[in-house]
Amino acid sequence: MVNTRRKFAAVGVVAAAALMLSACAGSSSGGSTSAAPSTSGGGSTAATVACGSTPVQIADNPWVGYEADVAVVDYVLRTKLNCQTKISKVAEQVSWEGFGSGQIDVILENWGHQDLAKKYITDQKKAVDLGSAGNNGVIGWFVPKWMADKYPDITDWNNLNKHADLFKTAESGGKGQLLDGDPSYVTNDEALVKNLNLNYAVKYAGSEAGLITALKNATEKSTPLLMYFYTPQWALAKYPVAQVKLPAYTPGCDADPKKVACDYPPYPLNKVARADWVTAGGPAVNFIKNFSWTNDDQNSVAAAIQGGATDDAAAKAWVDANQAKVDAWLAG
Amino acid sequence: MSSPTATPSQTTEPAVSVRNLWKVFGPKAETIPGSAHAELSPAELKADTGCVAAVRDVSFDVAPGEVFVVMGLSGSGKSTLVRCITRLIEPTAGDVFVDGDNLSAADEKKLRELRRNRFSMVFQHFGLLPHRRVLDNVAYGLEVRGDGKASRLARAQEVVELVGLSGFENSFPDQLSGGMQQRVGLARALAGDPDIMFFDEPFSALDPLIRRGMQDEVLRLHHEVGKTMVFITHDLSEALRLGDRIAIMRNGRIVQLGRPDELVGAPADDYVADFTRDIPRSHVLTMRWIMRDVKPGEPLDGPELSPDLVIRESIAPITSSSAPARIVKDGQLLGLVDRDDLLAVIAGSAQG
Amino acid sequence: MTAVTADAPSAPPAPPAPAGAAPRRFGMKWQLLAWFVSWIVLWLLLNGKFPLEAGTPPFVQDALQNFASNLGLVSWTQPIINVLNGLYNAGVWVTKQLGWTGMIGLGSALALLVAGWRMALLTALGMLSFGVLGLWDESMQTLVLIAISVLLSLLIGIPLGIACGLSDRFNRIMMPILDTLQIMPSLAYLGFIALFFLIGPPSGIVATIIYAIPPTIRLTSVGIREVSEASVEASRSLGATGWQVLRDVQLPMSRRTRVVGINQTVMAALSMITIAALVAAPGLGQSVLGALEILNIGAAFNSGLALVIMAIVLDRVISAASTRSAAGQRSKKETWTNRAVAAVLIAVGALLPAIAPKTATWNQAWSHPITDPVNTATDSLNNVLYPITTAFTEWITVWLINPLESLFTGTPWFIVIAAFAVLALILGRVRTAMTAILCLAGCVVIALWPDTMVTLTQVVLAAALTLILGLLIGVWIGRSKRADRVWRPILDAGQVLPPFVYLVPCLTLFGSTRLTAIIAAVIYAAPAVIKIVGEGISTVPSDTIEASRSVGANSWQEIFKVQVPMARPIILVALNQGIIYVMAMVVIGGLVGGGGLGYEVVKGFSQERDVGVGLAAGIAIVLLGVMLDRISQSAGRVRRTSSDVG
Ligand SMILES: Nc1ncnc2c1ncn2[C@@H]1O[C@H](COP(=O)(O)OP(=O)(O)OP(=O)(O)O)[C@@H](O)[C@H]1O
Ligand SMILES: [Mg+2]
Repeated sequence: MVNTRRKFAAVGVVAAAALMLSACAGSSSGGSTSAAPSTSGGGSTAATVACGSTPVQIADNPWVGYEADVAVVDYVLRTKLNCQTKISKVAEQVSWEGFGSGQIDVILENWGHQDLAKKYITDQKKAVDLGSAGNNGVIGWFVPKWMADKYPDITDWNNLNKHADLFKTAESGGKGQLLDGDPSYVTNDEALVKNLNLNYAVKYAGSEAGLITALKNATEKSTPLLMYFYTPQWALAKYPVAQVKLPAYTPGCDADPKKVACDYPPYPLNKVARADWVTAGGPAVNFIKNFSWTNDDQNSVAAAIQGGATDDAAAKAWVDANQAKVDAWLAG
Repeated sequence: MSSPTATPSQTTEPAVSVRNLWKVFGPKAETIPGSAHAELSPAELKADTGCVAAVRDVSFDVAPGEVFVVMGLSGSGKSTLVRCITRLIEPTAGDVFVDGDNLSAADEKKLRELRRNRFSMVFQHFGLLPHRRVLDNVAYGLEVRGDGKASRLARAQEVVELVGLSGFENSFPDQLSGGMQQRVGLARALAGDPDIMFFDEPFSALDPLIRRGMQDEVLRLHHEVGKTMVFITHDLSEALRLGDRIAIMRNGRIVQLGRPDELVGAPADDYVADFTRDIPRSHVLTMRWIMRDVKPGEPLDGPELSPDLVIRESIAPITSSSAPARIVKDGQLLGLVDRDDLLAVIAGSAQG
Repeated sequence: MTAVTADAPSAPPAPPAPAGAAPRRFGMKWQLLAWFVSWIVLWLLLNGKFPLEAGTPPFVQDALQNFASNLGLVSWTQPIINVLNGLYNAGVWVTKQLGWTGMIGLGSALALLVAGWRMALLTALGMLSFGVLGLWDESMQTLVLIAISVLLSLLIGIPLGIACGLSDRFNRIMMPILDTLQIMPSLAYLGFIALFFLIGPPSGIVATIIYAIPPTIRLTSVGIREVSEASVEASRSLGATGWQVLRDVQLPMSRRTRVVGINQTVMAALSMITIAALVAAPGLGQSVLGALEILNIGAAFNSGLALVIMAIVLDRVISAASTRSAAGQRSKKETWTNRAVAAVLIAVGALLPAIAPKTATWNQAWSHPITDPVNTATDSLNNVLYPITTAFTEWITVWLINPLESLFTGTPWFIVIAAFAVLALILGRVRTAMTAILCLAGCVVIALWPDTMVTLTQVVLAAALTLILGLLIGVWIGRSKRADRVWRPILDAGQVLPPFVYLVPCLTLFGSTRLTAIIAAVIYAAPAVIKIVGEGISTVPSDTIEASRSVGANSWQEIFKVQVPMARPIILVALNQGIIYVMAMVVIGGLVGGGGLGYEVVKGFSQERDVGVGLAAGIAIVLLGVMLDRISQSAGRVRRTSSDVG
């Protein structure tokens, strides 16, 4: 299993393995995913706190940054807290549904989702906000870095119309093309284009894969591209971008989706957990409440996974190098 | 020439009795029998009501032990008739009695009971079960009625021998020739030891030589087991070979019903005459049909022959005697036949 | 056909057709031409008038949205969930206990028993390749999921199929339901399934059953219906009850057809595995999605290859089993030796780990996934092809996709509906036209008209391209045994390769464009269409071809004057199937830039607030699919009868 994972670098395998193992053992993966449950770094005082017999059910949303969160949290839960874990690889909305059915205990990196938050936190009270994950999400418009270098003024939205011809494609009907469209993310782009009087048309790529391939081609082949995108995102390490400044965000400027004419708000990414699970308490709940790291932390683990390391290996490397942070999560 | 009408001896109760049987296919079929529409030609009926009257007002009796043949051109309603009799198709109107039991009134259970024990059927396209061995095909009817395995296989073995298929018990139908497959069909029908057997053009899918062999087989079986048989065919020579009596159907009606010699000697209409035209009359007609009254002064020391003797068979005795043959029944002289009479018939039939 | 022309109210006047069948067909060509020209004229006159997007209130979508968000947690499904989870866990437990040697022993033993030693060998090699690709565990999970889904599909589907076969009325009720199940994109209801059956294997199994059960029902029904009437009648004449006829005659004699249905169900189940992974169903689907997430084409192909191998082995074994079964019963001796060998295989497989502990678990050193070579190859291929494909994309989009799309989206909605109704009348009957009107009106009512037209454009183009490709390669493989041998494995692989696997290469070459959506659909639909056309061409009787050769026809004339016209009914079946397959890819198209209804479905699956739109778009896809299916089917019917007359 371990070698397979290295060869693949396919994070899906990990989730599959976790699911499978938990399925076989009836409930747990415990120490069985990796050979040695023991910890290598000393200093951790909380190493043997009892963690309850049911596994911590972690949602694994499909992007590599999130994968990094899961890798580290999973590793710490198993090796430092002796917890069992069960990782479910599901889309965001399905993860939230898991709060309702009791199949998901925690989402580690939530991007907004006001509608779901209203339904599950405010209305049904099935879930609670566990506070910031430390990462800050940024949603906005981006161009490949070579474009910003070549056309320095392009990063200001006021100049976008001037460059619209650059972005014209057969898909965009004579206007510049703004490539949108991982349907999992909120977008106001059609309203923005209209309200900012931009000579652009929004084209929906339909998937993250579509956006990233476009960015890859634009970078490698030096073709123009204006796209809706977000950080933290593993692809940005490989294909550097520059953000286009839109009119600054002020609280409430996006209240009416039809009249939006300002940038996206910053997304402090937070953790959400199942209410009953939090009420039951325990070291795992405490740890996840405390869990918080920077974009750089996440990117380094994500890059390691991306580069072919197994989740556990990437997590261990980071944990060993950042013992203090881990101890802080485990304290209190 | 006189044309005597011979009716079957109605001393016993008929094995099968059909009364005013109708089968109409199409919308509101049940309103057709007895209405004015019933008299229309098939084309008019179809145009008026969208219905096809496959069987129209058919009535006849079959005596026990008799071979009753129904014949007619394709589409004349033969298959429909025989299926209505066995109620594989529900008749639109009319009654069928089998050994006095009213079949039309029988419920599902009674009907199954009758099919399992009293009558059986042989089909044009055999209807064998390709996934079963010959022996299991033959035993199928017995299995259906719940006979034990040992007894039904033993019985099937007997019947397989009876139809001359010994050695092929373990073959599968697709490994047999068409003729052999129909022997299996025959054996299956015989296995339940029914009183009455229905045959729907059983041999028309077979080539002529094999067909003849199979007809002989049926005749032999009829002698050996003496079943009542209702036999459908569109082949007149087959009808004449097998049938004690023959009913000729056209557009769903029986246009003539009689012994073979009656059909040939006295066709009821052009349709029947057309059918029988190519039949050598000497093979069918009997002494009864050509005998004449005694002329004064004729010698009466010729050979004595039965009035039911077929002409073909009388040639030797008549030609070898100088005196005309005497046709005698129950010690009574009915008439005479001499060489010239014989020649006239043979020459006449040779001309067509 | 003349009758149809007569009661087409707004059909363009056809030129007076002289008597005879051939001229009448000629008449249909004129009608189609007139139909097309009138549409173009109307479009030019009315382009852009009466737009629909603002006009219709989305009350259907709102209703669906309300329904979805008020759907509380469901409790009655809990026992089902427990059973499905139990089955899955038990299955995986067995595969673990047997280990890879035991599983290969078991697999080849089963194949030996039902399909002979060649298939046993194929099975062993196929299963070994799961290990070699480094995907043993995932493959076993998928196998367990497939086994459970297929068994349950059969358990439910065969009785339903029998009922359909025996009762015309039940059949009439079931057929539209089956159509819907097959055309409705699974993404449209996957979220609901997860709500009812929770994430993980149970939802995966339920989604798979829903998609995979129709072929079993359909073909069981067909099988029962085509059992020789003579055998049924003979059985009834012997006094068999309805149950006895079913057991002794209809079921055994429909076996071949039923096995074809089972085979199709297995294939459909395999093709659902990747989608089921979206609700956390484990196995190879997870590997495919995981690879897609980081755009690792090689890893996606590696997992895809495992799925292809699994599909091909299952397909061959089941097909061989169905042809062998009849003959197999007949030879007792062979059966016994096979049983003995099978027992030995299982025993050796299961005991090997005990004797040689080193073989107990698959040694990863034996694995050689194709990930890296594929990545290298696609990278260099991409570099070579990129300039060509971008130019090509540009050209096709400007000259083909944009004009057709503006025809569909620019024509006022009621004229589009009328146009399809008239087309249905020309090709089919009044009923077909009614269906077309109802289906398109439905798309208006659910307020997704512009999206529907965008999708329709792509479906029409993809179906046309598929048919062209189908004719080119189909004629080729139909005429040449050698071409057939070369193409067959490629086509088989193409049919079972999960579309997710080739999405990324397509995206890289053609970008997030409508053309990519079309190309993905063509790749998915073409193999089946090519096979059907090839079949049709190769079954043209050889004496007809000899006759045409004897009058001196060259190959070209032979193809276009004899083979294609004679295979026409089958080619129309191929067109119909092509449309159904293309429809199945509408949602996938939404993932790669196709937009339209597919994108709405994807959005509905991804965003709580768009669930209603997603469901509505799913319904619109079904309506569009049903309409195109009926029109193309009726084209097949009419042409066939008129060519019979001719
Ligand atoms: N199920 C049916 N529905 C409608 N019409 C039928 C049906 N079965 C038979 N017919 C019609 O009834 C008529 C008699 O058919 P039948 O099969 O009894 O003829 P047949 O004398 O057996 O012909 P053949 O020698 O070809 O077997 C035909 O016109 C046929 O078209
Ligand atoms: Mg008949």
